[in-house]
Amino acid sequence: MAKISEYLGGSAVDNVKKAIVAAKSVSKYNSLLELCEERALDLAAKVDAGEIKGRLAGVPFVAKDNFLTFGSKTTAASHFLENFEAPLQATAIEKLEAEGAICIGKSNLDAFAHGGSTENSAFGPTLNAADETRVAGGSSGGSAVATALGVVPFALGTDTGGSIRQPASFNGVVGVKPTYGMVSRYGVVAMASSTDTIGCFASCAEDAELVMDIIAGHDDLDMTTLPDYFDPTTLDMPKRVGIIKEFMSDDVDEDVRNATRTYATKLEASGFTVSEVSLPMLKYTLAMYYIIVPAEISSNLARYDGVRYGVRAETNDLNELYGKSRDQGFEAENKRRIMIGSYVLSSGFFDAYYLKAQKARTLLINEFNKAFEDYDILMGPVSPTPAFKLGANSSDPMKMYLADIMTVGASLAGLPAISVPAGVSADSLPIGVQLIGQRRSDALLLAVAKSQEGK
Amino acid sequence: MATTISRDDVLHLAELSNLILTDAEIDSMSKDLESILGYVAQLDELDTDGVEPTYQVIDLENVWREDKVVPHVADKDNLLAIAPDTENGQIKVPKVL
Repeated sequence: MAKISEYLGGSAVDNVKKAIVAAKSVSKYNSLLELCEERALDLAAKVDAGEIKGRLAGVPFVAKDNFLTFGSKTTAASHFLENFEAPLQATAIEKLEAEGAICIGKSNLDAFAHGGSTENSAFGPTLNAADETRVAGGSSGGSAVATALGVVPFALGTDTGGSIRQPASFNGVVGVKPTYGMVSRYGVVAMASSTDTIGCFASCAEDAELVMDIIAGHDDLDMTTLPDYFDPTTLDMPKRVGIIKEFMSDDVDEDVRNATRTYATKLEASGFTVSEVSLPMLKYTLAMYYIIVPAEISSNLARYDGVRYGVRAETNDLNELYGKSRDQGFEAENKRRIMIGSYVLSSGFFDAYYLKAQKARTLLINEFNKAFEDYDILMGPVSPTPAFKLGANSSDPMKMYLADIMTVGASLAGLPAISVPAGVSADSLPIGVQLIGQRRSDALLLAVAKSQEGK
Repeated sequence: MATTISRDDVLHLAELSNLILTDAEIDSMSKDLESILGYVAQLDELDTDGVEPTYQVIDLENVWREDKVVPHVADKDNLLAIAPDTENGQIKVPKVL
């Protein structure tokens, strides 16, 4: 894997060329959908000429293909947007470019970020960086794999229910899902607006911290952003760590549980107190998630109607134009989630499903708040198993959803959560451990991760 | 809580969702929806009487701004350029009425 510091101070053009060669040499993994070679080399020349300076001057990166960018198409890995040339750039991309970072390509994802394996991509799955017969995880699978293979030192992703943390765990890299509202979502394809967040992958916590520091902060173009509170410099190290009991049951793979325990032991050796904490509401988070998120998806994806951009079906009837364009443009999982959303929001079912789930969400948040009276950080596995085989869960959507069971809780409560490498399974598959903090404790989580690296 | 999803239910949901599905999609969709709705029904175990719903998590308040035009890179020409069909500076669609 590559570190940001290895790219600083040298020639930006050389950095970009090197990254493009590296990307092409690992094309069989299908982690990148398109390279932005021309624009990347133009920007690199400007960095080398001193026209662009900054903390990431000349550092190449990739962005999940649901970030709107110049210099390439933005497809969201969907047929709907397969020829879409974005008329603007995401704020996160603009902020990174202002610091001299250079986007060299767009990474694969489950179409519209609906999925947990990157198998729902309209352009084929991404292969796991450690085992080509296994999934990359998802939905930000391409970003995780490109980072793990050392193509770039960091990558952008989105995390709505685990889409950064789970692929980070499956590929052995650091993955950061920030507090809801920390990073502007302007110019990023919307999925579920009450839990969508933007974060990053990196080979180490220090690099992730630098990237998050740059992309954090208020944006006039995204009314849900918080004022910039991310400050890695003035921290009181937390001391009390709770291992989530519900995440350590026998249903969870033994190697995964052992990796979590080993990480806890390291924390104890560093002076943290670690004890078990029970959060019974976590059992219900997946049920809440698969009501609330499809509801928001059905609303957010209404904009893909074949009228203003994206695919348009050939027909002389306007209603048919909507329906057929959507049928052609969406993958099966997109349609499934839209349909669930329509169901739980429809009259007669709204109270029983949608409202019930939003009330349960309040109970979950209350339970997290209570736990944070006694603990500074909660920890547990990221996913119940290491990366599963390609195709293993494809025929059963519910089985696929269960891979998200440990990540959706932090999403529903808006909490920051990170995945950090914590060893490998008996089959040499990477395993991550998840650290969850209170809202706005993003920098603390990364500080804890940093304190354990190399131990 | 009813979790039987008939073919007619799927067709109704498809209409609400502005989706035109193939026959094969209709069949697999009813099975998948039953499985997912069956799973989420476990929320019935929770007593939520008197609990306020949480629609958003950071206590957002309405944000006001001045009603002022600010130039943006995605201007009219750039937005029309990505539309599938245009005429005289407008997006063209099939006849509505």
